[in-house]
Amino acid sequence: MNNAQRFFNNLNFTVGFILSVVVILAAVTSLIWTPYDSNKINAKERLQGPSWRHPLGTDQYGRDTLSRVMKGAVNSIIVGLITIAVGLGIGVIIGLAAAYYGKIVDEMLMRLCDLIFGFPAVLTAILIASILRPSIVNAMLAIGIFYIPVFARLTRATALSILAREFITAARAGGVGELGIICRHVLPNILSPLIIQGSIQFAVAILAEAGLSYLGLGTQPPNPSWGLMLNDAQTFLSISPWMAIFPGIAIAWAVLGFNLLGDGLRDTLDPKMMKGRR
Amino acid sequence: MSRYLITKLITLILLLFLVSITVFSVLFVLPGDPAQIILGINATPETLENLRSELGLNQPFMAQYLDWIGNLLSGEGNRSINYDIPVSELIISRLKVTGPLALLAMCFAILISIPLGIYAAQHQNRPTDVLVMFFTQIGLATPDFWLGMLLIMLMAVKLGLFSAGGFPGWEAGFWSSIKALLLPAFALGMIRASVLTRLTRSSMLEVLNEDYVKTARAKGVHERGVVYGHALRNAMVPIITIMGLQLGQLVAGAIIIENVFYLPGLGRLVFQAIGQRDLPVVRDIVLFMAAAIVIINILVDMSYVYFDPRIRHE
Repeated sequence: MNNAQRFFNNLNFTVGFILSVVVILAAVTSLIWTPYDSNKINAKERLQGPSWRHPLGTDQYGRDTLSRVMKGAVNSIIVGLITIAVGLGIGVIIGLAAAYYGKIVDEMLMRLCDLIFGFPAVLTAILIASILRPSIVNAMLAIGIFYIPVFARLTRATALSILAREFITAARAGGVGELGIICRHVLPNILSPLIIQGSIQFAVAILAEAGLSYLGLGTQPPNPSWGLMLNDAQTFLSISPWMAIFPGIAIAWAVLGFNLLGDGLRDTLDPKMMKGRR
Repeated sequence: MSRYLITKLITLILLLFLVSITVFSVLFVLPGDPAQIILGINATPETLENLRSELGLNQPFMAQYLDWIGNLLSGEGNRSINYDIPVSELIISRLKVTGPLALLAMCFAILISIPLGIYAAQHQNRPTDVLVMFFTQIGLATPDFWLGMLLIMLMAVKLGLFSAGGFPGWEAGFWSSIKALLLPAFALGMIRASVLTRLTRSSMLEVLNEDYVKTARAKGVHERGVVYGHALRNAMVPIITIMGLQLGQLVAGAIIIENVFYLPGLGRLVFQAIGQRDLPVVRDIVLFMAAAIVIINILVDMSYVYFDPRIRHE
């Protein structure tokens, strides 16, 4: 059985893959083409339900919801990628340092991670976003900070078990330098848990961005974001329910996709962990 | 047990100290002059300066910090700039909304997830189990505030069974207040139930294969007794841990749903206080929330002994 087959034999992976690809395709397409200009105001066609002209309806300014949902996908993917880059980049370094140096360094770095975990996450993200002024960049920073301990702990735990293996001793005896041990022997071996966790954190980031943008602390208007669209929709719940339905489906769709992708990757890459997550 | 409690209390105090320093420093560099925000853009420089010295804003960092902590420790408390009443009063009045909301949400979550998780575990890999797991995946992917909006559209706008938001206050009537909390609590609870159902299922699956469960079955204990008497109690430790974390999150993090339903809770208070630069309120609430989370965790830790007497806190 080749590799691709092994992955697609897993139901979670297959469904997750299809859902995620749709989101990515919508995002990529929107960079070249959307049915309408996503920011174009058209007072004559405001607050419409789904129709042939506007498959997902329009918002209170007559902007086309389908175009905005597509552009929103770009926004969510960027948020996911950057928050993971922040969390993974810093977290892996911290985790490796803790595992490699051990003792006092380990103790201090891990207690630092505990401290970040100790803060109420939503509240802190709101604080950070308002201190640095609301913007999408600051929202990404606020989310990314909470990813650092997640990746740091995961890296530390897996790196510790790799560092204790015999092939590391063999490599040392063979004269491989310390940096070589980390880059050539430890990193490649801890990659798959990091990828699995990354896919799940990607989904969490989409949810978190939606929440912050809903509160007005993430993406700023008129840029399209799924959370911001839900905020717009709140005022018109009784007149134009469609405005609230489609952006919400988009969020659930994308999050479901990346969650299932992560579960599928875990089932295939790491059969030992097959028992339910959470 | 008492030694365990003492170490936990010391950790609590240490953590609160660190949180207080962090929160204070963060708010210290927060852009936006509280005096300017209170007096508006037309204030003269003199009145601004007067208010700043009245609020102690022109004092150095350490003096302001010590002033804040001193007020807390002496029991005198701090006053809200915006409402001009003690922050403790504000917190208590808002907790009357957020507390019941969080508890009600957890009730929903537990009532749905425990039976559903046990059912899924008993029917492992059969179609009904797959269906339950599918629904929990959808639950994990749905933002709770969006579910809240959908509930408003269905139950309030379309069917007219509930009001679309707001809170009448406990003085106005117990049942009408509960009714105002039902929809948001259900939205919060459903999402948390997804996590708990998956956890109940996986930890029941682990326990159901243990020897003592087989022994109980062999002894002729009927299935209900095996599941609820023997297995569930042993499966509870991880479940209760996550429940504790969720309850803590709900006390601290119902901010978004309180905004959706216009509930005058703790989350909405702190959210507005950040916008209004009502710093005493923000500081005290952040500290209160951090303490609440830690205390809930300690209580959860202590409850392990009840579910699994093999655990000893020494």
